[in-house]
Amino acid sequence: MIGYIWLFLIVVSIIVSIFTGNISKVTNAMLDNASFAVKLSISLIGVMAFWLGLVKIAEKSGLVRLISKIFLPVSRCLFPEIPKDNPAIGHIAMNFSANALGVTNAATPIGIKAMQELQKINDKKDTASNSMCMFLGMNTSGFQLIPASAIAVLVAAGNTNPTEIIFPTLVATCISFGSAIVVTKIFEKFGRKNG
Amino acid sequence: MDNLKYAADVISLWILPVMVVFILLFGAVKRVAIYEAFVEGARSGFSVGVKIIPYLVAILVAIGMFRASGAIDLIERAIGSVFEYLKIPVDMLPLMIVRPLSGSGALGIMSEIVHEHGGNSYAAKMAAVMLGSSETTFYVLSVYFGAVGITKFRHALHVGIISDIIGITAAICVSRFMF
Repeated sequence: MIGYIWLFLIVVSIIVSIFTGNISKVTNAMLDNASFAVKLSISLIGVMAFWLGLVKIAEKSGLVRLISKIFLPVSRCLFPEIPKDNPAIGHIAMNFSANALGVTNAATPIGIKAMQELQKINDKKDTASNSMCMFLGMNTSGFQLIPASAIAVLVAAGNTNPTEIIFPTLVATCISFGSAIVVTKIFEKFGRKNG
Repeated sequence: MDNLKYAADVISLWILPVMVVFILLFGAVKRVAIYEAFVEGARSGFSVGVKIIPYLVAILVAIGMFRASGAIDLIERAIGSVFEYLKIPVDMLPLMIVRPLSGSGALGIMSEIVHEHGGNSYAAKMAAVMLGSSETTFYVLSVYFGAVGITKFRHALHVGIISDIIGITAAICVSRFMF
């Protein structure tokens, strides 16, 4: 599926640029973004290392397990396939909180840690498990308590009351978050097990 | 409302340092060798960063080409009249298309909208709500799946796209109702 979307984006770009005359822009974007992707990955390493270091402390001190325990009732229904004492639940909860509070640079490394724990209990190493799909479904629905970057842009443009977007954003984000969970469960029940 | 803004400011300022200090102190109280544990964990940062490179190259190249080709303008011209009919600012369309593809791109488009219509405008507020209620699905999936070497995303992709559509629709409805 991701393969088809990938193919679609590239082929459509080239066909469209025949008509729009943007082919040189497209070629440049292709090469630029290839090196941008590497720069981005490399630039993530520092923050990644910092948070993975802190997470290791949280693991060894039992903090991750403690958080897992607190969230056990919720995770039982959302992630029935994760064993009871697995640290993955703690990482998922921490990733979710960091995302909700708008601390993206902490959320990504912790989320990757959660993925690594989920991969340990995954049977097929190249295929996403149900738990991974649920975790990323929750993640990509973009639940946010504090829309920090949107507020920053509004303030920069002279908005006099930027906090009025907080409540509407909360309503919209809850709707998309709730539906992501429901849709994931529906796919889990009726969807294919491969690909 | 002023109190709410104050609370939001305080939280975003203090959340990071508080998290760091809490994790460190909790570790120290539990008698973990915190320095050694930190270094041990941080070591894997490099391999994760390197591991996601091929996945990011693949997806960012495709997204960059798509944006540069002008395909988004074409879509805008094709279905722009539908937006006018529904009384949604036409400028929302590129934001809606780019949002799942690129976070910085979406923020850039939002900045343009805000710049053009003014910070207090209906379009600016709708764009802000939209930005807050959806995610850069393709980037997130590439990074998270890339870090553990998964190539078959199963329904994670469908859910990501569907929840972006629902989030954006909800943002439009909520904004119309509240602003």
